[in-house]
Amino acid sequence: MQIAQHWIDIAYLAAAVLFVLGIKGLAKPKTAVRGNQMAALGMGAAVVVTLLHHSILSYQILIAGLLVGGVIGAVIALKVQMTSMPQLIALLNGFGGGASVAVASAEYFLGISGAVGVISTGVAVLIGTLTLTGSLVAFAKLQELISGQSIGFPGMKFLNLILLLGALAAIGYLVVEPGNDLLFWGIVGAAALLGLTLVLPIGGADMPVVIALLNSYSGLAVSAAGFVMDNNALIITGSLVGASGLILTQIMCKAMNRSLANVLFGSMAEGGTEIDADEIYRGKVKSSSPDEVAMILETAQRVVIVPGFGLAMAQAQHAVRDLANAIEARGGEVEYAIHPVAGRMPGHMNVLLAEAEVPYDKLKDMDTINPTFEQTDVAIVIGANDVTNPMAREDKGSPIYGMPILNVDKARTVVVVKRSLSPGFAGLPNPLFAMDNTLMLFGDGKQAIIDIATALKEG
Amino acid sequence: MDFVSQLTLFVLAIFLGVELITKVPPTLHTPLMSGTNAISGIILVGALLAAGRAGDSLLVSVLGFIAVALAAINVVGGFMVTNRMLAMFKRK
Repeated sequence: MQIAQHWIDIAYLAAAVLFVLGIKGLAKPKTAVRGNQMAALGMGAAVVVTLLHHSILSYQILIAGLLVGGVIGAVIALKVQMTSMPQLIALLNGFGGGASVAVASAEYFLGISGAVGVISTGVAVLIGTLTLTGSLVAFAKLQELISGQSIGFPGMKFLNLILLLGALAAIGYLVVEPGNDLLFWGIVGAAALLGLTLVLPIGGADMPVVIALLNSYSGLAVSAAGFVMDNNALIITGSLVGASGLILTQIMCKAMNRSLANVLFGSMAEGGTEIDADEIYRGKVKSSSPDEVAMILETAQRVVIVPGFGLAMAQAQHAVRDLANAIEARGGEVEYAIHPVAGRMPGHMNVLLAEAEVPYDKLKDMDTINPTFEQTDVAIVIGANDVTNPMAREDKGSPIYGMPILNVDKARTVVVVKRSLSPGFAGLPNPLFAMDNTLMLFGDGKQAIIDIATALKEG
Repeated sequence: MDFVSQLTLFVLAIFLGVELITKVPPTLHTPLMSGTNAISGIILVGALLAAGRAGDSLLVSVLGFIAVALAAINVVGGFMVTNRMLAMFKRK
């Protein structure tokens, strides 16, 4: 069966509308599941009408590809742990980029014409390839297959510039001399290398920004492929995804008080003077016990839990929910303060807590929760460090000065659950640990929380 | 469609995207990213069209197969994992 082109185009329009409604649904947790289903419906419609397109001559490759990809996708989606979500997103970004390059390359070898066609193909190959290799590096770093530290050498930025200019020059030359396959493979090679050299120097703490940015690139690659194939569905959808990634990138940069250029090409600013951790901590750090913390919680009216990625590493989400239940059973109120960079990607901590069946309306973002710390009896910080460091607010000489933080130090009592006084990603001591109203509870996060909850239930 | 019309569509869609995404709360940013991974799997449409025309060209057949498979992973994996996460946010 074959159908006329205009019906196919109308189906693509319907798919684009369903995608828009799908993203609109994500504005509220209540409508989000439905939104996702609408987007999936749109995708189904677009794929089915495409299979009826008159230009498709044989179906063997299509069916084989759909089966292989579909099964792999389904298995990954069902098996993946919520803590590994950043790796999965990195991988999917890469696959999106890879698919775009493969499509643009196939079109190139089927024959493209005109300057616009060649340039769009070149751009799709450039963005798609660097998204593919860059995302694979991000995946390897997050999965700890390679070191999360910055990997680089002097002159790397210069090499990046050469690679980018080289790729752009090759695209330009391909317009003049279409059909020169060597130029085409040159673009692929330069872009592949560029993806590696752009992401390798970026440290683990900055991965949320990189994933968001690669998410944006994967969308832009789809758009560029849409220009190549003169396909509106690809152009519209790709730009929606591109915009989404850009906004998330911006949010992450703002939360770390750094510019995108600084994340990509700079290193963390050095502090003016070396800060002596001993001087801040000596004689001022008070160590506490689960029983003592439980006693304070017995009379607490309002408790705010501040989770960091350390909480997820210790698999303590369920223990934290148990503790919250115990506090609520005694009549206390519990909320969660989520810093934008609390997890390893935008919104990661929220997903981890939702998995532990913490109601989402108790998860408060930074701007909402910050004014309430002064009325908070106890703030419990678990596995978070830099995002609670008052130096970001008060010490103008500090490298993290200006970074928005959770004002936990304003709470009447602060309990910090941590293995030791070791610094976080920023490598700075945290004066919060030495404050008069702070109690340190040293030990494994999960065990400490379980002990507090047990003591509270018995008390 | 000519290049300028394509560009018009591209630019307007970016503005639409910005309007839509700024309304998504931070709580749902992870499902948003997996969801956009899924819809960027629309490249599957392009992959099907390219692979279906491969004919006798082995290179195009291989590229087409890779494109279809990778895009299908994004579509199926993206929508399913998004659904899995969003189900956890549903009020009990």
